[in-house]
Formats: sequence, C-alpha cells, structure tokens
Amino acid sequence: MLTPELTQAIFFYLFAAMVLGGGILTITRRNAVHSAMFLIVSLMGVAGLYLLQQAEFLFAVQIVLYIGGIMVLFLFVIMLVNLDQAAKEKQFNGQWAIALVCVVVVGVQVFWFLSKGDAAFKIAQPGILPAASALGNTEQLADVLFTEYLLPFEIASILLLVAVVGSVVMAKKRI
Amino acid sequence: MYPITTAHYIALSAALLLIGTVGVLTRRNIVIILMSIELILNAVNINLVAFSQALHNLDGQVFAIFVITDAVAEAAVGLGILIALFRNKETVEADEMDLLKW
Repeated sequence: MLTPELTQAIFFYLFAAMVLGGGILTITRRNAVHSAMFLIVSLMGVAGLYLLQQAEFLFAVQIVLYIGGIMVLFLFVIMLVNLDQAAKEKQFNGQWAIALVCVVVVGVQVFWFLSKGDAAFKIAQPGILPAASALGNTEQLADVLFTEYLLPFEIASILLLVAVVGSVVMAKKRI
Repeated sequence: MYPITTAHYIALSAALLLIGTVGVLTRRNIVIILMSIELILNAVNINLVAFSQALHNLDGQVFAIFVITDAVAEAAVGLGILIALFRNKETVEADEMDLLKW
C-alpha cells in the first residue's frame, strides 16, 4: 500500500511545491518582509529535500545557518533601510526581454537534457559506498572535511573573517 | 512520476535556478535581488547533494558546505554595501544607482 518509494515520492513533491511556490512568491511580492518570509518557506523545502537524501548534516546546517542566520540578517537590514516608500513604487524594471531570453535558453537546454530521462545520468560510475559503513552522515562528512578538504576548510575560515571585517568597515559611519 | 530519480532533483534545481535568475534580472529592490541570489545558490546545492547521493560520494556534500559558507559571506558583504549605499543615496532601487552611467 504505502511503499517506501511512494512515501518518498509524496514527500519529494511536497517539498518541491514548498521550494518552487516559495521561490515564485519571493520574487513577486511587493513587500520585502513578505518576500523574506516566503524565502524562509523555500529554504525549509530545500532542507526537507536534504533530509530526504540522507544528508542530515546539511539539513541541520540549512536550518541553523540559512533560516536562523542569513534570514535574520536580511530582516534586520529590511528594518534598517526604510522600505515604506519603495513598496509604493514600480516593483520591476523593464528587463523582461533579457530575462525571458536567459530563461528560455537555459530552460530549453535543461529540459532537452532531462527529456532523455534517467539514462542521461549514466555518465559517472558510483564510487565506494560510504553508506554501507556503520558511521553516520555527519561523521563521514567530518572525516572527509578534516582530511581531504582541510586546506579549503581553513581558507573558508579566512574568507569568513575577511567578510566580517569588510562588512563592518562598509556599514560603519566613521572608521 | 515515481520512483524519484536524480532527474527529478535536477529538474527541480533547474526550475529554482530559473526563478532566481528572473528575480535577479527583473526586480528593482536590491534586498530582493540578494534574496534571489540565495535562491540560485540553493539550486546549486540541491544539484550537488543529488549527485552526491546518486554517486555514493560525499565530495558533493562537502562542496555544498563551502557553497553555504560563500553564501553567508556574500550576504554579509552585500548587505553591508546596501547599508552604505542607502546612507548615501536614500534609495534601495537598483536602477536609481546610475552614478557611473553615461
């Protein structure tokens, strides 16, 4: 009756509807605060998709960092800059032609590729199966991150330091 | 329609990427342009995790962590620039910031 495949399909379409509906409402709402709220819905859908694919660590990171961190930052800035006047003005600039061209080109490419179905993804051989080991997703991810990707990890921490200092310098009135 | 394959995730990711692109190109409010960039980065992450799952290889998920790190840095710097711009020009509309336009 309710096989695992069917359950997975139901949750996939639920989360996909959240992602796409939230995304469309994000870019069409007049009020920036409403946009931020719908972006949170969209990001939660993405987090659900991570959970559906057994990427539990990324699920937690998505909730804590994106929804808890970045969205609060966005809402703070929306409160700081006064958007009451901006909400009454024209919401779109006249670039529909360029946007339509970009969307049609990329859309045709992607959907032509997808029309070949699952056979289009038989391009790479699956690697060794880490899921077969007894370790959880977070533990496996830590193993890879702190051995093979240690240098990029440290560089990312320097990038975050530079970003923090840079944003403080730019947002400050007088240094 | 089911079972769900990698193709489903790639199609969803492509649709989200296109939504983000339309948002970046057509909206005037800079805050919403930055939010559209977040949508695009999330589309990339869906792709990375889907292929990581399909190929049984964790490199994709590690790369998704780096993409999220970059998204945080980009949002912090972008919003700092936005506050500096708003202090000088009293507007958040992208097409009113045309100081360098001929």
